[in-house]
Amino acid sequence: MLETLYHLISQYILLPLTLFIFPTDYQTEAMIFLQTTIKVIAIVVPVLITVAYFTYAERKVIGFIQGRIGPNRVGLFGFRLWGLGQPIADAVKLIVKEIVIPLNANRQLFVIAPILSLAPALAAWAVIPFDDTKVLADINAGLLYVLALTSLAVYGVIIAGWASNSKYAFLGAMRSAAQIVAYEIAMGFALVGVLIAAGSLNLGEIVSAQSGSLIHWFWLPLLPLFVIYFISGVAETNRAPFDVAEGESEIVAGFHVEYSGMAFSVFFMAEYANMILIAVLSALLFFGGWLSPFQGIIFLEDLFSWVPGMFWLLAKTSIFMFLFLWFRATFPRYRYDQIMRLGWKVFIPITIVWLVVISVLVIVNTPPWFN
Amino acid sequence: MNKIKRYFNSLFLLELMKGLYLTGRHMFRKKITVQYPEEKTPQSHRFRGLHALRRYPNGEERCIACKLCEAVCPAAAITIESEQREDGSRRTTRYDIDLTKCIFCGFCEESCPVDSIVETRIFEYHGEERGDLLLTKSQLLEIGDKYEKEIATDREADSKFR
Repeated sequence: MLETLYHLISQYILLPLTLFIFPTDYQTEAMIFLQTTIKVIAIVVPVLITVAYFTYAERKVIGFIQGRIGPNRVGLFGFRLWGLGQPIADAVKLIVKEIVIPLNANRQLFVIAPILSLAPALAAWAVIPFDDTKVLADINAGLLYVLALTSLAVYGVIIAGWASNSKYAFLGAMRSAAQIVAYEIAMGFALVGVLIAAGSLNLGEIVSAQSGSLIHWFWLPLLPLFVIYFISGVAETNRAPFDVAEGESEIVAGFHVEYSGMAFSVFFMAEYANMILIAVLSALLFFGGWLSPFQGIIFLEDLFSWVPGMFWLLAKTSIFMFLFLWFRATFPRYRYDQIMRLGWKVFIPITIVWLVVISVLVIVNTPPWFN
Repeated sequence: MNKIKRYFNSLFLLELMKGLYLTGRHMFRKKITVQYPEEKTPQSHRFRGLHALRRYPNGEERCIACKLCEAVCPAAAITIESEQREDGSRRTTRYDIDLTKCIFCGFCEESCPVDSIVETRIFEYHGEERGDLLLTKSQLLEIGDKYEKEIATDREADSKFR
């Protein structure tokens, strides 16, 4: 269905557009450019909509866990719809609000910082395969690209903290920098485990290497690495219980105290986009991406063969996204030295030990994963 | 042994799982939210809301200007002036309550020897301008006249505890 839509747009909108506007020499390039733009829009817009409704889901889930019912007033067209209009109302409010730039702030950096934190979170989606064919950039070093871009996000936080010229923002930035650097290493090692297991950096091939059945997925042989990856992901996105960079009770709001209106909401979007990214990566790297969970089960496999692979990927992603919210509603914030201890003295040793284990498993061709 | 147990617990995240199980269970509990304008929490008959001045069934106002309420009011929200009426009884000429000062402690009601000043169950009121929340004697009497039935049943329900 998505393919047909894409081909229709390509045939009847882009093709005439290129033929009319561009000179004959550049038409091929122009067509490729326009087609890529359409694909980018097809990824970025759903991601941003998901971000908006993720905030709604967060308020709903945390409300439910706390015995409340969450937002249920703002609806659309006079209907309440369980408060589904809430994200739209929030967005309108934030767009309308003024962006205050503090007097002694560094103007350029102050404006660049939110963009710098949102852009990598969106750019990383370029290499995410939604299906065995649907991927924007099927590059060889996909995993490396993802790792590089998720690491870039910390610059947004650091620059925001620095440019605000406020002590609380600066404290938040320092905390966030130290924390992200610490967890980046554990996360990187966890991804090295995936790399060893799959024998490829291409995300599509990593998923293909997991095909077979539910137990063929990498979560079983890489269980400690998966746990560490996901917890590091929570720390990386500055989410509770690792949200010392915001730390409302200690340093007001951390790195984004001085931000208001849309500039603030861009930070917010970056945080949620990063969470979705971590969720989708967990699904891809450890839980077989678009592969059906019923693969290899005689009767159920045929029964569910009509379900598109994208559905399975999105279902798995939603589960991990829910985990983020569940964690936030459950755990109290870590003390700062405990965060550092966990990152450096627990996660890194475990990952290194498990890398050895997984290497041995690969070398001796342990079934059912590595034969 | 204890140390091994502790390592086991923390490595396998057992305590965190317990916490997640607890909050996960709470997700399916009945929600306690009261959706205010449509639903309301039950009110006690001793609820202390908006003030009112009562009358006797024959239409005579109860207040005898003893000024006990004015004296007892911890927020000094009540102002009373009194004069002798033609029939020789002492009555108030002025009875003001400043609701912006009032702390709704209910002392005025407690101190009143003739059950004249009372606090009703009304709590949904507002003022839009400066002075809207300064109630005069006529306004208080009006509130009393309007809600006399409810006020009387509430006093009746509470009488056996006094």
